[in-house]
Amino acid sequence: MTTDVVSPPARQRTRRRAGGLLPAPGWGYLMIAPAFVGLVAFYVWPFLTTFGKSFMDVPAFGPGTFTGVDNYTELLGDARFWQALRNSALYTAILLLGVPVAIVLAALIEQVGRGRALYRVLFFLPVVTLPVAISMVWRFIYNGDFGLLNYVLSLVGVPGQYWVADATFTIYAVGVVGIWMSLGINLIILGAGLQGIPQDLYEASALDGAGRVRQFFRITLPLLSPSVFLVTVLTVISALQMFDLIFVMLRSVNNTALADSKTIVYLFYEKAFVEFDQGYGAAIAIVLLMVIMAATLLQFRLQRRWVFYD
Amino acid sequence: MTDQILRSRRTDRAATGSKASRHGEWVIHLVLAAAALVMVAPFVWQLLTIFKSNREASQMPPTLLPDDPTTGAFATFFGSVPFWAQLTVSVSALVLRVIGQLTVSALAGYAFARLRFPGRRLLFGLFIAMLMVPSQLFLIGQFEIIRDFELLDTIPALAIPGMFSAFGIFLMRQAFMSIPAGFEEAARLDGAGPLRTFWYVMLPMARPTMAALAVLTSLYSWNDLLWPLIVTPRGDKRPITVGLAGLQGQFGTDYPTLMAGALVASLPLIIIFLVLQRQFFSGIASSGLKG
Repeated sequence: MTTDVVSPPARQRTRRRAGGLLPAPGWGYLMIAPAFVGLVAFYVWPFLTTFGKSFMDVPAFGPGTFTGVDNYTELLGDARFWQALRNSALYTAILLLGVPVAIVLAALIEQVGRGRALYRVLFFLPVVTLPVAISMVWRFIYNGDFGLLNYVLSLVGVPGQYWVADATFTIYAVGVVGIWMSLGINLIILGAGLQGIPQDLYEASALDGAGRVRQFFRITLPLLSPSVFLVTVLTVISALQMFDLIFVMLRSVNNTALADSKTIVYLFYEKAFVEFDQGYGAAIAIVLLMVIMAATLLQFRLQRRWVFYD
Repeated sequence: MTDQILRSRRTDRAATGSKASRHGEWVIHLVLAAAALVMVAPFVWQLLTIFKSNREASQMPPTLLPDDPTTGAFATFFGSVPFWAQLTVSVSALVLRVIGQLTVSALAGYAFARLRFPGRRLLFGLFIAMLMVPSQLFLIGQFEIIRDFELLDTIPALAIPGMFSAFGIFLMRQAFMSIPAGFEEAARLDGAGPLRTFWYVMLPMARPTMAALAVLTSLYSWNDLLWPLIVTPRGDKRPITVGLAGLQGQFGTDYPTLMAGALVASLPLIIIFLVLQRQFFSGIASSGLKG
């Protein structure tokens, strides 16, 4: 409409702009300058620093010396590192068990009209509660002497355990909390996916006599698979980085179970910022990056077999 | 819209008088209510414990309701923890980080979405690559920069690194890209320069995304434990998370006090969530939460 009144050359220019981008190098550089400076200073440079330090022996004070792959060979021979890797992998596997739970609950929430908002708020509550606070509450519930869980179990005749003080159970106990904490996020992402499924598919299949269970497996699950994939990828990435649950639930002066329950990031924190062995810490962080990349890459490979894109 | 469709679907079923579907509705509510109970039970137990004495909280079998309700736990908590100082730190760091994050992300997001300049794709690719790296990898270098600028134990130390996020830039870029070019053109034909167009036309239209980003950033900022732990070695200027984690060492198994502290520290964000539910949900839905 506006183009009607402008001269032909101007119209041409306008059309080029309509293609999307305004050539304005000055403004462009000016506007990304803060982001560029910040990202280089706080992300790109630290990344390179960590990478460099992983090949160095860095004392608490003063410059480090280049030691090649010493940190990595030491890491590979370190039983505590393998233990931490196993713990993180186990924790991640447990959290993945929460994904089917989230799928079922998301589908059920989508089915109800009244009360849907209330359910979403209740399930989301742990997401907006301080993880540190959550850890403290669960630590109390898990207490071996007077915790609520042991009491409830005793009512049905199951013997109580020291859930966060016995390394046999710690990762499982923490994993349950992890599922409980992340359920709300998964429900929101899956809920958004469910809303994108065309309703007429359900109506048509209902006419054909399909029940809700059949609809769930034949329509909901395949069409939801991209969202399920997203949830799975995000779950694995964040589970491999778990730190604060262990830090708060297990750390106390006399909890010997902590030694066998450390995750990769906990080990990294301890090495780099408590013992100030930054070279070794950096090597742990680089290995973490490789583990996360490998896990994500594997999932993208596997998605072809089960994720359904239309 | 989906609500309406679902509702009409249900009335259709009700009209056909299918007992099975009404029965199904009840089963669904039953399952969801049971799950919701599991979700809420820890909070309920926390609330009940706060009003018990320490002795009552650590007896077996436990009591459900407090025998002799007392608010002593709050008194102990506020009497021994510099809570208001920690709250001030947490809130200041959050506000600073959110303002910084929105400014940086909106400017860069707009430039990447709407302006053409050499190196645009390369720079954007560099930023996005940072999204894939776990945050722990940056900690050592970030710590060194904060230390070298002598910012340890300050509020800027808590807030600055979190202002710059590839995720925020990406989110804002998506928002600006989805705004029809016509709006921008009209403004420009009226003689507005890039900055005025950005400020008066584009930014107001990206407000929902900015709200979602602000909410997500607040969530990360409020909840973060590891970074504040690292940059507050001296101990003053500690946010609530670090203070709360320290509470445990101080009070060991005085669970009523610990539960009271956990409640008081969590409450501000829970209240904000209850007020701004929609922004929280849309923020999470548009992104997935990346800590």
